[in-house]
Amino acid sequence: MNIVVLVKQVPDTSDPETEVIIDSTGRGIDESKLSFVINDADNYAVEEAVRLKEKHGGEITLVCLGRESANQVIRMALAKGADSAIRLDDEKFSYSDPITTAKILKTALDGLDYDLVLTGCMASDDGYTAIGVALAKMLGLPHAAMVKSVEVIGDNKMKIGRELEGGLMEMNEVDMPCLLTIQTGINEPRYASFKGIREASRKEIKVMDLAATGLSEEEVGEAGSKAVMAQYSVPEVGELAEILEGDASETSAKLAEILKEKGLV
Amino acid sequence: MHDIFVLAEHRQGELREVTLEMMTLAGQLAEQSGGKVTAVLLGSGVDEFAQKCAQYADRVLYVDDPIFENFNAMAYVPALAQLIEEQKPHLVLIAHTTQGVDVAPALAVELDAPFTTEIIEMSLEGEKPAATRQYYGGKINGRIEFKDSDVYLVTVREAAVPAGEATKSGEVQKVENPLKGEAGGRRFLEYVEAAVGEVDITQSEKLVSVGRGIKEEKNVPLMEELAKVLGADLSGSRAAVDAGWLPTDRQVGISGKTVKPKLYLAVGISGAFQHVTGIKGADVVVAINKDPNAPIFQYADYGIVDDLFKVVPALTEKLKEVK
Ligand SMILES: Cc1cc2nc3c(=O)[nH]c(=O)nc-3n(C[C@H](O)[C@H](O)[C@H](O)COP(=O)(O)OP(=O)(O)OC[C@H]3O[C@@H](n4cnc5c(N)ncnc54)[C@H](O)[C@@H]3O)c2cc1C
Ligand SMILES: Nc1ncnc2c1ncn2[C@@H]1O[C@H](COP(=O)(O)O)[C@@H](O)[C@H]1O
Repeated sequence: MNIVVLVKQVPDTSDPETEVIIDSTGRGIDESKLSFVINDADNYAVEEAVRLKEKHGGEITLVCLGRESANQVIRMALAKGADSAIRLDDEKFSYSDPITTAKILKTALDGLDYDLVLTGCMASDDGYTAIGVALAKMLGLPHAAMVKSVEVIGDNKMKIGRELEGGLMEMNEVDMPCLLTIQTGINEPRYASFKGIREASRKEIKVMDLAATGLSEEEVGEAGSKAVMAQYSVPEVGELAEILEGDASETSAKLAEILKEKGLV
Repeated sequence: MHDIFVLAEHRQGELREVTLEMMTLAGQLAEQSGGKVTAVLLGSGVDEFAQKCAQYADRVLYVDDPIFENFNAMAYVPALAQLIEEQKPHLVLIAHTTQGVDVAPALAVELDAPFTTEIIEMSLEGEKPAATRQYYGGKINGRIEFKDSDVYLVTVREAAVPAGEATKSGEVQKVENPLKGEAGGRRFLEYVEAAVGEVDITQSEKLVSVGRGIKEEKNVPLMEELAKVLGADLSGSRAAVDAGWLPTDRQVGISGKTVKPKLYLAVGISGAFQHVTGIKGADVVVAINKDPNAPIFQYADYGIVDDLFKVVPALTEKLKEVK
């Protein structure tokens, strides 16, 4: 069973020390102080692919649209068990909307032979929750979004569970080849082994620029997009909490008093 | 005349509340642009939902066919694409729900329409929409500009507008199922309800809720101790549950539980939209977070901006004293 997994490198916004600051273009963020990680949901997608490979054999190809620094994320996924990778990288891809991003990603899949495509359900930076399902349509594959359980049943069929609101699961049967967008929590992602990391350094990362995609300049980036992000702004903050000032012993004393006053202790 | 389409959502015999919100937003936009609101309902034997939609829409297009008894994106996408191509609405609104995200991106590809997701604000200046959506977990807003098109497609964040009054009495038009044959490659099997655990956090009077900020499973007991002095149950964000620190039934938020405690104490939780949507019913919300810009402070009544590993032990002691 050959599997393609989409992986994106994103800034680690869970770190309390990193501030997301809009840069001078108004359309990007200041990346100088940020650290970068694999997108959370993609990490689960990689793990799911490796588990399927362990059970059913086959090869895993990673596809990533990102700059050279994204190799770090790709190498980690290779170390966990993926076999090869394609990285799409060209200045001209900047400012692509999610549909155009899917169109660019598709060019990396066009020459590949696969039974299953896995993506994360959502990227933690852009958060469109769209690229996987858009890509499925472009590839002419059946799809399911928000997948939290996967099981191969018989020839070319999967039983999958979509996680709905309130934790309700919707079970579906999907014919392969298909595309699934993976929700976090579907498995417990492993850490890469030292052996895996060593081996990963020898695996191939193929790079595709605009010319290699066969797309024209007009088809990608802002020119090729119909719904572009034109301007970032700092959100208007609603009424903020009353912030208790002081060191930990002072703030906790104040909070304890407030809770007592309100009859909550 | 410019029509705004709203996709109606239903599940397990209920029309979902979010559909009323979407129709309310469509009504506001229709007023700006001088258009009409059409609800599109794909279902099987759900005349009462059609009637309900008619109270919020100028027209209801109702496809009554057994194939739509349960949601299936592979049936929805081609059916909606055909309806849209025939009826030529100017704008299509789909809720950014687990149904919406399964349908809308594929529909956008099929229609080749300008498309964006989870908008929180929208206007129809002249005839062209402009929209705002969020990036980086709500830390930054972005303005989306659309290229000229006959039809635009967007998904809308839940609760972007509250559901308004039922003031309309639209006409229900039953239309023939535009979908011929089967849903390509996907079949609905069944629903599986979330397992019930030992504590039902939807009934808890107080909750200490933990997030990724507590860093490791070995810090859970520290939080349990705080919960114990408060007489609170322990709940958490999706990140805490995904990491295996808490069982699934303790998750608060859109894909977890909606809670309504008298006290909700969020520790090391950033306050993503999908999380805070589950705590709207809480009386007093307190947040402890090291990042002064964490969105959770916009939802909290009281906040402490500090390292939780300093505050939590101190607070546990102070609470023992004042008790
Ligand atoms: C379809 C879908 C459904 C979802 N449903 C849910 C849901 O039901 N519930 C839910 O919670 N999420 C849900 N999410 C995920 C949501 O988008 C967020 O990713 C999640 O809520 C983040 O959890 P968190 O706040 O614990 O982690 P993070 O966002 O990583 O935040 C961690 C916080 O801890 C703080 N912190 C770190 N260290 C310290 C310290 N030493 N002291 C104090 N503070 C510290 C940081 O400043 C940060 O604000 C869903 C996502 C999707 C796509
Ligand atoms: N630049 C990218 N490179 C590779 N995969 C991507 C990229 N952008 C998005 N994806 C995939 O699409 C998923 C959904 O992203 P989004 O629609 O932006 O929320 C992510 O979880 C990734 O798996």
